[in-house]
Amino acid sequence: MLLQQLIQGLTIGYVYALIALGYTMVYGILQLINFAHGEIYMLGAYMTIIGFGLFTSFGLTETSIFLSLFLTLIFTILFVSAYGLTVERVAYKPLRSAPRLSPLISAIGVSIFLQNFVMLTQGATYKVFPPLFATQGFTIGDTKVTYLQVSIILLSSVIMALLHIFISRTKTGKAMRAVAQDILMASLVGIDTDRIIALTFILGSGLAAVAGFMVTLYYGLINYYIGYIAGIKAFTAAVLGGIGSIPGAMFGGILLGLVESLAAGYISPEYKDAYAFVVLIIILLIKPSGLFKKVIEEKV
Amino acid sequence: MKNLRQYLYSLSTLPSALFSALWFGLLSLPFTGLPGALYIAGAIIVIYALFRYLPKLLLLPPIILQQFPALVLRLKPISSLKPKALGDLGFFVLLIAVILLPFFTSPYVVDIAALAGIYIILSLGLNIMVGYTGLLNLGFAGFYAIGAYSYALLNTRLGMGFWESLPLSMVLSALAGILIGIPALRLRGDYLAIVTLGFGEITRIVLNNWVTLTNGPNGITGIERPYIGSFELKGVTEYYYLVLLFVFLTALFIKKTIHSKAGRTWMAIRDDEIASTAMGINTFLYKLYAFSFGALWAGLAGQLFSAKMRFVSPESFTFFESVLIVAMVILGGQGTLLGPAIGAIILVALPELLREFQQYRMVFLGAGLIFMSIFRPQGIIGRRSTGSR
Repeated sequence: MLLQQLIQGLTIGYVYALIALGYTMVYGILQLINFAHGEIYMLGAYMTIIGFGLFTSFGLTETSIFLSLFLTLIFTILFVSAYGLTVERVAYKPLRSAPRLSPLISAIGVSIFLQNFVMLTQGATYKVFPPLFATQGFTIGDTKVTYLQVSIILLSSVIMALLHIFISRTKTGKAMRAVAQDILMASLVGIDTDRIIALTFILGSGLAAVAGFMVTLYYGLINYYIGYIAGIKAFTAAVLGGIGSIPGAMFGGILLGLVESLAAGYISPEYKDAYAFVVLIIILLIKPSGLFKKVIEEKV
Repeated sequence: MKNLRQYLYSLSTLPSALFSALWFGLLSLPFTGLPGALYIAGAIIVIYALFRYLPKLLLLPPIILQQFPALVLRLKPISSLKPKALGDLGFFVLLIAVILLPFFTSPYVVDIAALAGIYIILSLGLNIMVGYTGLLNLGFAGFYAIGAYSYALLNTRLGMGFWESLPLSMVLSALAGILIGIPALRLRGDYLAIVTLGFGEITRIVLNNWVTLTNGPNGITGIERPYIGSFELKGVTEYYYLVLLFVFLTALFIKKTIHSKAGRTWMAIRDDEIASTAMGINTFLYKLYAFSFGALWAGLAGQLFSAKMRFVSPESFTFFESVLIVAMVILGGQGTLLGPAIGAIILVALPELLREFQQYRMVFLGAGLIFMSIFRPQGIIGRRSTGSR
């Protein structure tokens, strides 16, 4: 029972972590809560179903199911990143120097818009993804572990490791860190800050797309409103680890997944969606800087 | 804040129009299919072309031609347009129209107007937090729910009437404001917004799951209508006048408070919190005051709502409801007395007027929020610059 809950929590925790990275990278650079990020993840889930349907209709799935899934993933990442970039250009870029609440309200607008755009075009009912290998797996003792769970954990770990290398080793990654530290100074030393911001949105959306892809394969059922609650949970994860901190988001996501799964298993499953809010409120009130981040005094 | 005219004019060159049409068409292609994507791309080109070439086609004189986008799109703040006397006259005409409304319209319109009245009270209450004190609250529906459930429970469980439970509903809601405010108000800006969102959602989830008290998702039925003496306010018209009375009382109270010391203190906190602290203001206490005072009116609106519907369920108090009230305040003009009321009327009336476009209403609401925060963050009648970076 305990091990089963842990495996489930870990799997969903990695998904939260991938979404949380998008929140934390954008917040690190713009101090903006990208409220629409959950919707970007939802778009990823829909793109997976649309893309897979497309490749299946070409007959590719019959030839090689893995090639078909791989192409679906690429297709999803490309499209969702384009959406992320568009959201940034349309809704956030004109508001760079506006009062701080304006971008947040604009982000809520984006969120409502995307949700209902998908509802209008794709219908309000659940969308089903064919259960390809949902139940295949192995057992440890009396705990069942599916291959899908293992692949989600492995794929997420690889992506996070690549992201870490990109940010800490490459020149562009260095530029991103510089912009996060001080956007004005970064622009003065010749960094094209608009390009870095756009890149951040593309990267964050790409990660959310991967999360959407994995969740669609894992649960097989998606709806147009999955982005809202997943967005809140991922935001909680980002805050938990210290918003703006990339290792913090990874750790926070996994921790939140575990907490939620254990609380649902041992306290009460009815309040499953409330635990994230409780964790969020407690962490913001006790240690708003999160578990991983140093406190920065506000400048007058 | 950008100048809409310059912005759109710079966009409406042919290459950029073609590019955006292609881009947005491509983006929507997987969702809408080919016909839908072509529609979207076509619509973008048509809008751009209209914007750029329509004035030339109409052979307008060059000066108007230059100013055309401005004529179409620039909204002057209404308050600065008219002299005071005219404003007063307009107000009286409006007042008489509102009072006589049931005599020249259908019961359907009166019913919608009563609903608009409830939303006016809500948006005026939220405006105290968002507009005057600069505290964005994304969980306002939580206070609304507490007011609605207070009356529902007091009435169905304890048999209390409308008038006896009214003060209790309002006080309970204000108390919730204090209880949530004490921990939450140590945070600022968007963090505060997210925590209030959390509290709002927790309120709804608890109402949904505490079945023994609230009957869970099935809600509470059989709530009594208000009585005056032994006269039951049965019809839409009677109820409309009841709401109207409360709208005026709310506006009056809030106006008095805004022009008192507390109101000026709130605005000082909104404009610069650190400077206010330096001036010796206990900012925490005044923010708490704003929270509970705003929540008080949500309690009133909640009770009016459950007395109107005679039924409450957690479904009426979702996050979307909170966003809708925020949208009313932003649309009309935060930090003004009239603005939120105008926003509430528009957002209640518009979906009714555009019945055929019912399914598109949320898409428009989302796009409208983006549009307003970019081009007119001060709202329809608001003044420039509220809040600081």
